[in-house]
Amino acid sequence: MTAVTATAPTGHHGFAHAARMEWIKLRSLRSTAWALLLTVAGMVAIGVVTMANTKVPSADKAAAFDPTNNVLAGVALGQLVVGVLGVLVVTGEYTSGSIRSTLAAIPDRRTLLTAKAAVYGTLTLLVGEAVALVTFFAGRAALADGVPRPGIGDPGVLRAVLMSGAYLGLIGLLGIGIGALTRHTASAIATLVGVTFVLPAVNGGISGPTVAKFFPTMIAGNSLAVAKPVSDMLSPWTGFAVLCLYVAVVLGAGARLLARRDA
Amino acid sequence: MIEVQGLTKRYGPTTAVEALSFEVRPGAVTGFLGPNGSGKSTTMRMIMGLDRPDEGKALVAGRRYGELRWPLREVGALLEARTFHPGRSARAHLTALAAGGGIRPARVDEVLAAVGLSGVAGRRAGTYSLGMAQRLGIAAALLGDPGVLLFDEPVNGLDPEGVRWIRELMKSLAAEGRTVLLSSHLISEMALTADHLVVIGQGRLLADTTVRELTTRGRSLEEAFFALTGASADYRGAAHPTYRGATADHQGTAADHHEVASAIDAAPERNDR
Repeated sequence: MTAVTATAPTGHHGFAHAARMEWIKLRSLRSTAWALLLTVAGMVAIGVVTMANTKVPSADKAAAFDPTNNVLAGVALGQLVVGVLGVLVVTGEYTSGSIRSTLAAIPDRRTLLTAKAAVYGTLTLLVGEAVALVTFFAGRAALADGVPRPGIGDPGVLRAVLMSGAYLGLIGLLGIGIGALTRHTASAIATLVGVTFVLPAVNGGISGPTVAKFFPTMIAGNSLAVAKPVSDMLSPWTGFAVLCLYVAVVLGAGARLLARRDA
Repeated sequence: MIEVQGLTKRYGPTTAVEALSFEVRPGAVTGFLGPNGSGKSTTMRMIMGLDRPDEGKALVAGRRYGELRWPLREVGALLEARTFHPGRSARAHLTALAAGGGIRPARVDEVLAAVGLSGVAGRRAGTYSLGMAQRLGIAAALLGDPGVLLFDEPVNGLDPEGVRWIRELMKSLAAEGRTVLLSSHLISEMALTADHLVVIGQGRLLADTTVRELTTRGRSLEEAFFALTGASADYRGAAHPTYRGATADHQGTAADHHEVASAIDAAPERNDR
């Protein structure tokens, strides 16, 4: 122990400190690496298997044939893992009590949540883009002879691949926002699964695409991951914008509640 | 310096802390005493900016906690035993905090050595006993070499050697000119450690005085404590039949209480899972 110095330290803590802290926290949990590994392996495997089973389209369906959409089918799995991990980035702090030490370092809840979102969002965006590209080329190579091969330079293909990768980043952020809203792991994961899997399925069964097309999974599958836009569904850029809006609203509401509630 | 000014906190119809004001000065260990549920932890949480007061304010070094420039370098706190993620190692936990607090990374190994956790620093902290968890919490509090320190029940789960270590640590921190606020239920421990005392009951200030002043006229600190808080204990166990005669008179209970407290003290890791 050194003696207490009377001079106050210069400068001020801020976002950069919060972001560095969150990055160390994220990479020092084994679950982070395992979850992302599962995402990568699962998405590539699903893409390859789906493509290997893709048949030559019949003449009447050739125009709408979009193998890029097939290769990206693994996004459905990836979003679950990435979303749950995003939830845990926030709720894990409340479950363990580590939120108390975290807030001792970074008392401002908005700064903290922004740092969590920036760090985890960047990581999942990068992983998402990498896995989308790898899956595309691996799945393309697995296509049976005679099936038209999509090229990354074909119209809409690069957009579909990149938007699907970005979708993982957005779902990661949605998980963080939902985690901040509920602060409980079980309810946050239930909300996430409800929004991504249950509600769109129920809704699609009742009223068709009218409402269902606005749910994240439906946007991912029918708006983002398509080289050839689907009628009745949101266009790629509209779908992407709607998702960004969801993320902004949920994160904003989460930050507001975190700032207002006692920790 | 900690200044608590007119602090009030309500949870629905119950008032946890009511118009509480006191100051904690540097250079001394200030004991924070009160029965269970008297509002000690709530007050400390408000000082740390975790809970928002309904009225009043708590200032550390002249600012609200949320306005501190380098919070971890100005205030260190141990509020609960487990304030870390069980899947992260002690070293990773402290390294992350150091990054957030603008503290040089080399400080992590210094505080790990200071609390005696160097040998287990790479282990997942979830595997720690309560005593080790307390030591990790103390390491986190010391990390930024802060001038103000808050400890809520720091000797919880520590073995006798750990209890003595904490006592000496508190005293040496105060001797270095730091402000030390220490809450504990163990009055015998407080009598050995604290110079100044803030006693609260039902969220209100009962006494703000020195240990010496409270123990004048031959009273033990424990007797003085029961005399002060007699009317404000929220939770009190029924008297054991054989002690019934004695409990009417605090003079008589002091020894019994002391025996129980020592017995609990001597059982290491009693709250361990």
